[in-house]
Amino acid sequence: MAIRKPPITTREYWAPGHAACAGCGPAIVMKLATKAFSEAMEEKYGDPNAFAIAHATGCMEVVSAVFPYTAWKAPWIHVAFENAAAAASGVEAAWKKLGRKGKILAIGGDGGTADIGLQALSGMLERRHNVVYLMYDNEAYMNTGIQRSSSTPYGAWTTTSPPGKYSIGEDKPKKWVALIAAAHQAPYVATASIGDPYDFYRKMKKAASVDGPAFVQVLAPCVPGWRIPSEKTVEIARLAIESGLWPLFEIENGDFYNIKFQRFPKDGKFKKPIEDYLKIQGRFKHLFKRPEAIQELKNQIKEVWRILGKEVELL
Amino acid sequence: MAESPFKADIEKVQKEYGEKMTPGAIVYIPGSSVVNKTGGWRVFMPKFDKDKCIRCFMCYTLCPEPAIYLDEESYPVFDYEYCKGCGICANECPTKAIEMVRETK
Repeated sequence: MAIRKPPITTREYWAPGHAACAGCGPAIVMKLATKAFSEAMEEKYGDPNAFAIAHATGCMEVVSAVFPYTAWKAPWIHVAFENAAAAASGVEAAWKKLGRKGKILAIGGDGGTADIGLQALSGMLERRHNVVYLMYDNEAYMNTGIQRSSSTPYGAWTTTSPPGKYSIGEDKPKKWVALIAAAHQAPYVATASIGDPYDFYRKMKKAASVDGPAFVQVLAPCVPGWRIPSEKTVEIARLAIESGLWPLFEIENGDFYNIKFQRFPKDGKFKKPIEDYLKIQGRFKHLFKRPEAIQELKNQIKEVWRILGKEVELL
Repeated sequence: MAESPFKADIEKVQKEYGEKMTPGAIVYIPGSSVVNKTGGWRVFMPKFDKDKCIRCFMCYTLCPEPAIYLDEESYPVFDYEYCKGCGICANECPTKAIEMVRETK
């Protein structure tokens, strides 16, 4: 029997021994993103190491760079919460001046992207820097102890949106940063999920190989923050796709009329009920006493799909 | 079990850093976190059955550590020095070739 080759490169840029929780979703994102990036750099410039990383403060920065150790095997700079995109723009400008070939990867969590770093991201996209911005979306500020961010979905429990007699948890809809990035007419904007790792890998490779800025928003479940068992991380991310709660799409040059969808059912009817996705997570436990809140969550997701140009049916 | 591929790295980190502070707090050695043996966090350990493995690479792709490598025949090899025992590999394995068993020390 012939030896099968893995579909992803065997080069590693993310070393073991980092302090992430067992079953960490964003850690899978870091591993796959750097691998995809190196493969794209090898195809484009002939050098798999032709990239550098600017990393905003966040869970993955804290767990990967406990002084004096680092889990990264690529040039890596830690910057403040708000300026990962700005620092990456500067590195890119310096590389251009030095005549160095390559691309910069900026990484931020949902707090560092959707709340604090939004204007730096907007500037980077508008100035057309040759940077890929990767947002790993675990839907709250997990590092500081699960506070709500603007990317937290409707109805979710966090320590600053506790459910109770007069509260249903987070009461505002989720902010979709991918749509904000696409409105800048960036060459490539995509959403991905670790529930479909090879789709994420392909999108990351494509983002790295386009000329100009690219933005990828990837769903990465958090074990303590979502109150889930550690082995279910990937399964939950997959359920989010299958139940229609996490749209997978690609938008090129801000062209909202030609959005490419992945894993979208042909008839627009999702096969898995969203209750399947909600019931494994402790952060949505209180919603099952309030069916009207689940209905409101469904309506909000339908509205997102309608903005994307699709009429869907959710179970 | 095969010898850890990080042995040389660990020796280098221990020799160069020791207890010293680096100037400007710059970290010189890439991937130096390998000195932290996170295998001690584990409660359940993955047990691998080679006969059931179809080499789909799901466990290799999804290990967050990464504590799964590939041998010459592309079968997964588990590094128990770093495996935190999260169980993603066992949960995602399509043929159930990986089983989580309680570890006894």
